Amino acid sequence: MTEKIIIAGFGGQGVLSLGQFLAYAAMYENQEATWLPSYGPEMRGGTANCSLVISDKPVASPIIETPDCLIALNKPSLDKFINNVRPGGTVIINSSIIHDKIERTDVKAVYLEANEIAAKAGSVKTANVVVLGAYIALSGLFPKESVKGTIAKIFKKKPDVIPMNLNAFELGYTAV
Amino acid sequence: MSERILMKGNEAVAEAAVRGGCRYFFGYPITPQNEIPEYMSKRLPEVGGAFIQAESEVSAINMVYGAAGAGGRAMTSSSSPGISLKQEGISYIAGAELPCVIVNMVRSGPGLGGILPSQGDYFQSVKGGGHGDYRMLVYGPASIQEAVDITYKAFEKAEKYRIPVMILGDGVLGQMMEPVVLPEMTDIASIPVKEWATDGTKSGKDRRIINSLYIEADVLEGMNNKFAALYERMKAETACETYLADDAEIILTAFGITARIAKSAVDILRESGVKAGLIRPITLYPFPSDIYAQYAAKKTVKQFITLELNLGQMVEDVRLAVNGAKPVDFYGRSGGNIMSPEETVQQVLKKIK
Repeated sequence: MTEKIIIAGFGGQGVLSLGQFLAYAAMYENQEATWLPSYGPEMRGGTANCSLVISDKPVASPIIETPDCLIALNKPSLDKFINNVRPGGTVIINSSIIHDKIERTDVKAVYLEANEIAAKAGSVKTANVVVLGAYIALSGLFPKESVKGTIAKIFKKKPDVIPMNLNAFELGYTAV
Repeated sequence: MSERILMKGNEAVAEAAVRGGCRYFFGYPITPQNEIPEYMSKRLPEVGGAFIQAESEVSAINMVYGAAGAGGRAMTSSSSPGISLKQEGISYIAGAELPCVIVNMVRSGPGLGGILPSQGDYFQSVKGGGHGDYRMLVYGPASIQEAVDITYKAFEKAEKYRIPVMILGDGVLGQMMEPVVLPEMTDIASIPVKEWATDGTKSGKDRRIINSLYIEADVLEGMNNKFAALYERMKAETACETYLADDAEIILTAFGITARIAKSAVDILRESGVKAGLIRPITLYPFPSDIYAQYAAKKTVKQFITLELNLGQMVEDVRLAVNGAKPVDFYGRSGGNIMSPEETVQQVLKKIK
């Protein structure tokens, strides 16, 4: 099993941390993982992305050309990566701010109103955790409870935000 | 097994250095290695060490020179343009027979270039970036775990040979996160006492002098010959990984992060019926020439293809090692661009003779 994921969006949408959540989840499930951020000429409000490879074997290339899954949190990111997704792959689209439908028919498109769902969970800031829930539900990569454990570990220094994030995860998980 | 933790390459290298006994770090900021000095600035005071952000790279390397001369485990890190500035100091440290560790998280050049990953400093690292006839022990780790293991042992190696050790990473290695297992903290008291260190104590009858100036030709030639013998002994450190190379007809070869891309390319090529394999030097100096010569002599091997994030540097060492026995081709990307495994496969298929 090797899963290649590209996560992209505006800086500030939690793109890089969403990738880190997945890398942590992989590690706690005794899988191998690489998390590689774009660190080029990006800036606040600009686009950010990260590449994740999760595998049961040591990861060879952390550089991804054809992801199995694209998580696009804004329109420029969707446009930039949509044609790279492997045929048969999955595209998770934040339909809260991306109003277009994709033209490709050889990939599975999942439209998720991440911002609205996050607001229901308590804060629009948890939109990335909503997407994490949706991705785990769609991919079946790790058991749901294991990822919830990961979320609790990640936020252990800010225990007051754990319930909200677990709620956001749950809402994302059940939304797809 | 010890606990795995998820760490960024730069931070993991810094922690590994501390656990390997590093107590003195001198640096100056530059992307993409800033997490190393940042981490050290917080971590070293916790273990009784010292961190100084110098006013320049030139100053930082000379602080390393001083701390190493006093017998401390000293380190600096930078990225390409900063490493160029340190070259004078590195040559002095090599000439004065002092141990230290230097990390270069390479960015693209020449000049200020860009902040994205590159392997354009291969020549500078392995052929002597500073003046004079010196060498360093140069490692090209390909994963964060390997970078940790190498950094942890780097001070011991530097002291064994009394040379600067360079860890040649790149922007990907520095910025990437992977799960790692960290080694145990070295007991500082267990580090052998340096009989040559100028630590300010009256510890012996003989004067101890740290110096790289030898005006008399015969004396300096004596030093040069001593260095030549040292570099010969250092060949014992040569390290290399091979992957599916035993029955390979096409040998890809690359170091560092490019070797991981090459490994994925080998897997794809194998699936499509091309007998590809990989040779990955772990030490860039000493270069594992013998391994290349062995594979070049094999009847099954038809061709070598070197992959680098530069315009072709390590390929020269590969050609010297293969010595005309088999064709050696090259594919590289530069400017901060990185070849994907798929792109590598396309290029290899084009080059297969």
